[in-house]
Amino acid sequence: MVPVMAETLLKVDGLQAWYGESHILHGVGFEIGHGELVTLLGRNGAGKTTTLKSVMGIVEKRTGSVTFEGRQLVGHPSNEIARLGIAYCPEERGIFSSLNVEENLLLPPVVKPGGMSLAEIYQLFPNLEERRRSQGTKLSGGEQQMLAIGRILRTGAPLLLLDEPTEGLAPVIVQRIGDIIRQLKSRGFTILLVEQNFHFAATVADRHYVMEDGRVVDMIASADVQQNIGKLQAYLGV
Amino acid sequence: MTAQRVIGVVLLAAALVAPWFAYPIFLMTALCFALFACAFNLLLGYVGLMSFGHAMFFGIAGYFFGHVVKAWGMAPELGILAGVAGAAALGAVTGALAIRRQGIYFAMITLAFAQMIYFFCIQAPFTGGEDGLQGIARRPLLGGLLPTKDDRVLYYVVLAIFLFGYGTIYRIIHSPFGQVLKAIRDNEQRAVSLGYEADRYKLLAFVLSAALAGLAGATKAMVLQFATLTDVSAAMSGEVVLMALVGGLGTIIGPVVGAFIIITMQNYLAAAGEFVLVIQGAIFVVIVMAFRKGLVGELTDWWKSRRSAG
Amino acid sequence: MFELLGIPPQALFGQLLLGLINGAFYAMLSLGLAVIFGMLNVINFTHGAQYMMGAFAAWLMLTILDIPFWVALVLAPLVVGLFGIVLEKVLLKRIYHLDHLYGFLLTFGLALVIEGLFQWKWGSSGAPYPSPIPGGTNLGFMFLPTYRGFVVVAALVICLVTWYGIERTKFGAYLRAATENPTLVRAFGINVPRLITLTYGLGVGLAALAGVLAAPIQQVSALMGVNLVLVVFAVVVIGGMGSIMGSIVTGFGLGLVEGLTKVFYPPASNTVIFVVMAIVLLVKPAGLFGQTK
Repeated sequence: MVPVMAETLLKVDGLQAWYGESHILHGVGFEIGHGELVTLLGRNGAGKTTTLKSVMGIVEKRTGSVTFEGRQLVGHPSNEIARLGIAYCPEERGIFSSLNVEENLLLPPVVKPGGMSLAEIYQLFPNLEERRRSQGTKLSGGEQQMLAIGRILRTGAPLLLLDEPTEGLAPVIVQRIGDIIRQLKSRGFTILLVEQNFHFAATVADRHYVMEDGRVVDMIASADVQQNIGKLQAYLGV
Repeated sequence: MTAQRVIGVVLLAAALVAPWFAYPIFLMTALCFALFACAFNLLLGYVGLMSFGHAMFFGIAGYFFGHVVKAWGMAPELGILAGVAGAAALGAVTGALAIRRQGIYFAMITLAFAQMIYFFCIQAPFTGGEDGLQGIARRPLLGGLLPTKDDRVLYYVVLAIFLFGYGTIYRIIHSPFGQVLKAIRDNEQRAVSLGYEADRYKLLAFVLSAALAGLAGATKAMVLQFATLTDVSAAMSGEVVLMALVGGLGTIIGPVVGAFIIITMQNYLAAAGEFVLVIQGAIFVVIVMAFRKGLVGELTDWWKSRRSAG
Repeated sequence: MFELLGIPPQALFGQLLLGLINGAFYAMLSLGLAVIFGMLNVINFTHGAQYMMGAFAAWLMLTILDIPFWVALVLAPLVVGLFGIVLEKVLLKRIYHLDHLYGFLLTFGLALVIEGLFQWKWGSSGAPYPSPIPGGTNLGFMFLPTYRGFVVVAALVICLVTWYGIERTKFGAYLRAATENPTLVRAFGINVPRLITLTYGLGVGLAALAGVLAAPIQQVSALMGVNLVLVVFAVVVIGGMGSIMGSIVTGFGLGLVEGLTKVFYPPASNTVIFVVMAIVLLVKPAGLFGQTK
């Protein structure tokens, strides 16, 4: 295994989670260093989204350990977790239809200094500025995704959890999202990215954790993806 | 199954000898409310529709009974028939409108219609306004063969009417029609996708429930010889919800138990005046917070868990 | 003096003013009901009782503590709103995960308890509350009591401030967003449970404020909210709960309709709102301003 280079920001250990009666995560473990961009890969139902939600504290029940900057998150409600500096961009994007684009952008409160200004966000996503008075859900799929990402950049949270930001988008847009994610990394954000598409993931990430049946089963550095392509394809069933 | 049958036989035997141990008027009133509560529960417990205006059917049937018997001097059977028919017709109109909205809106709409009927009854010429219809004579039944001046005789008539209504509900619930109703309650969209016209089923159930509530209301007017605004009021609509809730929604015997409990309680607390409302409200709160299955539902659960544990 | 369709203008405008005043109360109450339903998923049956508590609080403040109307106008809604917050914390918040009907039944039960207690303590015959601004103006076509004119204006201002607060402020954006997706709003770092508690307090405070305004017009009595809340339910069904402006317009509009009915066909004035409800259900089941289902 490749050692974690930077100082650890998020460390997950023995994480278990349930939805009602169904036991989804069976002891997930991984860690992310400051400024790293790490993906969770895996098939549908492997537990990637649930892992993000468990870090964020929005599953019904979880046990195990999740530490952020050394602080234990398990046992705290999601609003407190967000305030520590974790921002979440859900798979379904969660754009509010009763809010216009700018209200959507301004909704998440600033939790730490050092977040991007509205002007910087508009610079990153010029479309959003043009449509700032439109109803949030009237945007195209790609624009909604940009809004969902842009929204969490103001908060100053150093760790971003992005759940399948490229899902269902045209290749051109996927490329744009890829550029943006790289820019965010270069700005110093730490990013945990859930992806189905490992070709996309390989272009942006430092390392990949592979999940199967509610566990992390492997870790591959981006540099080694080519040598491990057969193994990865087997994991992902492509 | 056998345990249920034994309980059923015991209850029936108790019902047959009851008027020698308890005040018949009280028993008859309780039976009328029990039927009313069962009719209400047919909708909430088995179709998932909460009507918060069921008093309109109960009350209007009482007025129809009173008018037919008192003003027109006709036989009580015809009065009851008129009450049932009137309640069913009212149910058809209000039901057709109310089922156009779902969930909690349905409750608000039925409540609003009941309030409209209440105001209508204050002003309508045949209801006697604030005084109501008083002193409705007890005429003999079956063309003069069955005198009803004696409370005990009338008690058996009322018991027969109750059993008829209860049996009807039992048959409805256990018929193919009832199965469709339960399917709609559990998942309306699925029932629709299986080809059932949910709205027609809901409307028919609503009309049946209204007619049975009317049967209870007309019978009550026959027993107590009056029909007043109390029976069409929003408070009465709330009371029947409480009866079904106390006994247990979705259990067929629950509303009967609930009705007897609430009527008994009202009897004992009659002197407490306004405090009866406070107590009823408190029961609502306690049941919603802690005993949502009602008495019968909780007892059944307890019995089952005891049996599976032992 | 001219007459309109055989109706003397004094009667016509007098009834229209009454209608406008009733409409003002419908608007304020249905507004609170809609805001509470959006956040709590509960139809607040206690709304009428809380309106009554507002009026009672003002009356008690005046008779016992000599607190004037204008102070009570601020103080009474605060007190009743705080009471609402306690209710939410102790009872309501435990039933949000259940079907809507349980919230309805719970708040119905609470209304019975509250109204029963007030009736038990103070009886059901009302107590008068002196008008804080007596007198009036003869407008030529009608006589306008100053306080009644004030109530209409005050209600309009209250409604518009509420609208502004929800549609144009940051707090309102939180409310709208949390109504749609409370989990996500919470994951952004907002304490949604506290927001819900606050919303209930505000909705209840709004009902109490309406109650204080009503005190000098109506008799202050334990049962003053009983029938009102039922009419407001019909108003809410007619307007649909999706739109704040919709609630306001529907409330005032129905008040006027009621007033006109009193002029042209008095026997139907009690029932006209329910008739309108039936027609709306027939023509536009989702309500005038509601989204479908």
